[in-house]
Amino acid sequence: MDNTLIEARGLSRHYDVSNGFFGGTATVKALSNASFTLQAGRTLAVVGESGCGKSTLARVVTMIEKPSSGELTLDGHHIRSDEPLTDAQQAELRASVQIVFQDPFGSLNPRQTIGRILEEPVLINRPDVTKAQREQQAREMLAMVGLRPEHYDRYPHMFSGGQRQRIAVARALMLEPRILVLDEPVSALDLSIQSQILNLLVELQERLNLAYLFISHDLSVVRHMADDVMVMYLGRVVEKGAASEVFDAPRHPYTRALLSATPVADPTREQTRIRLEGELPSPLNPPAGCAFNPRCWKAEERCRQSAPELDEQEAHPVACYFPL
Amino acid sequence: MTASDNSNAVTANAAEGQGELMARPGRFREFWSYFSENTGAVIGLVVFLTFILIAAFADVLAPHSPTEQFRQALLQPPAWQEGGTSEFLLGTDAIGRDLLSRLIHGARYSFFIGVIVVVIAAGSGVFIGLVAGFARGWVDTLIMRLMDILLAFPSLLLALVMVAILGPSLVNAMIAIAIVLQPHYVRLTRAAVLQELPKDYVTSARVVGASRFRLMFVTVLPNCMAPIIVQAALSFSTAILDAAALGFLGLGAQPPTPEWGTMLADSREFVLRAWWVVTFPGLAILINVLAINLMGDGLRDALDPKLKRS
Repeated sequence: MDNTLIEARGLSRHYDVSNGFFGGTATVKALSNASFTLQAGRTLAVVGESGCGKSTLARVVTMIEKPSSGELTLDGHHIRSDEPLTDAQQAELRASVQIVFQDPFGSLNPRQTIGRILEEPVLINRPDVTKAQREQQAREMLAMVGLRPEHYDRYPHMFSGGQRQRIAVARALMLEPRILVLDEPVSALDLSIQSQILNLLVELQERLNLAYLFISHDLSVVRHMADDVMVMYLGRVVEKGAASEVFDAPRHPYTRALLSATPVADPTREQTRIRLEGELPSPLNPPAGCAFNPRCWKAEERCRQSAPELDEQEAHPVACYFPL
Repeated sequence: MTASDNSNAVTANAAEGQGELMARPGRFREFWSYFSENTGAVIGLVVFLTFILIAAFADVLAPHSPTEQFRQALLQPPAWQEGGTSEFLLGTDAIGRDLLSRLIHGARYSFFIGVIVVVIAAGSGVFIGLVAGFARGWVDTLIMRLMDILLAFPSLLLALVMVAILGPSLVNAMIAIAIVLQPHYVRLTRAAVLQELPKDYVTSARVVGASRFRLMFVTVLPNCMAPIIVQAALSFSTAILDAAALGFLGLGAQPPTPEWGTMLADSREFVLRAWWVVTFPGLAILINVLAINLMGDGLRDALDPKLKRS
């Protein structure tokens, strides 16, 4: 059975940043050497603090940006950094990968009605679909995400954050994609609304057999959603594995620290919170060796010399010399 | 997104708990509630509308033809002054033409100038601004430096030079004024585009494969309109004023066109003998421009999110 929809191998995205007039350019490795696979009907969660490359990964997978190096296979199409896609390939890929953004207040065009927002993807990509059919599809999609038909003619500012995020999900699904990239889809919402949206996403995944690339910094949300988890730190994947394994037996010190920072609703449970010293280092000037070594309590001389690699062969690989 | 959208989103959020959305007043009603708070703006609008009506029905309203010369009534004073008759309410000019009729017909020219100049300037300015905002890189730099050069000249002087090259006529004066006004639109549009481009809805349109043309005109432009509308209203009066100035200098509308600036120029030499021949065209320009500026300020208050309360 091979229903792998995303296969990434050594995916990297670098930015050249100008250092002012005399500084020349520096390279930011926003994403380096990420490898993962994602199957239909499964959810891969990408976690990490802000600036760790999660959103860059989302942008590369949705082809908003090209990878600098590495291979990416999306729904059977190979994307290489050195050869640009033809228009026809891009159109096909657009239909299979769509994205839902974090901020539902910025992701809907304020001057378009909900109907137009939903129909736009079809209008652009399927010019042979008639106006009546488009409208019918949009109305069906509204019902599918739990909105009422009369919302069709309204403008985005008439909706609350939760409803807007439903609209954003509906728009992303209009082209019947097989992969949905969710870039922190609930972190801008109230807690009570978050669960509604998450339940909607789970329901849609079951119904449409979607593959989710779920990007989040909220571990309690990830625990609820994910089948597999990938932990990132400063553009690198540091640990990867089935959600249960990563949550119950984290192997990387960073994962452990992240997990200890999530509040648990159990007052009797003993808090063993690991406090990380210092800030996330600048991606412009990452530390030598393992990127996590300045903040790691287990760091030794070896960690400052060379960076540990992730062994892709393992079931629960970790990029650490001294895994827990 | 405007502040009104935000504030309404807040009301929508508040209503979420009840599961029902509050009915929201229409966009226009909301705009009007802001606009009508400003008394000056409403007065400006009323005066402006009156001028439009006068211009539209000039043929019916004017007692005489604007070019007909009454040889028996040269430089006749207004009706309320000694020597005036009710036939020529505001008096006549040096060659016996009825001043009131000329002013009424002059309103037509003023609006004609205002509309055409704003359409040319805004149309080309918005397009060039969109191109600059989307293209970035050297195209952007080239366009913006060119616009900076245009803006560095005193506007009337630049218009004068252009009319001198093209030859004096009303059409050429309008073209010159449009070129002088157009850099403002370019800057405004570019700034608005740069503000909108990083927003997620633009990225979202890109992800679904919107063409560059579609992104420019369907996705981004409607969200940049508020400052452009305000600029259009304000440059309407600038256009009328500049056209009058060019007319006064003899480089705009040519006699016997009853254009207000040209009328002023024709009657320069009679300032001391017949006050009415310069005062009334001058007043017409003043009132018209003042009304449009008041209205434009009100528009800005109502449309600019940064000036809105709450």
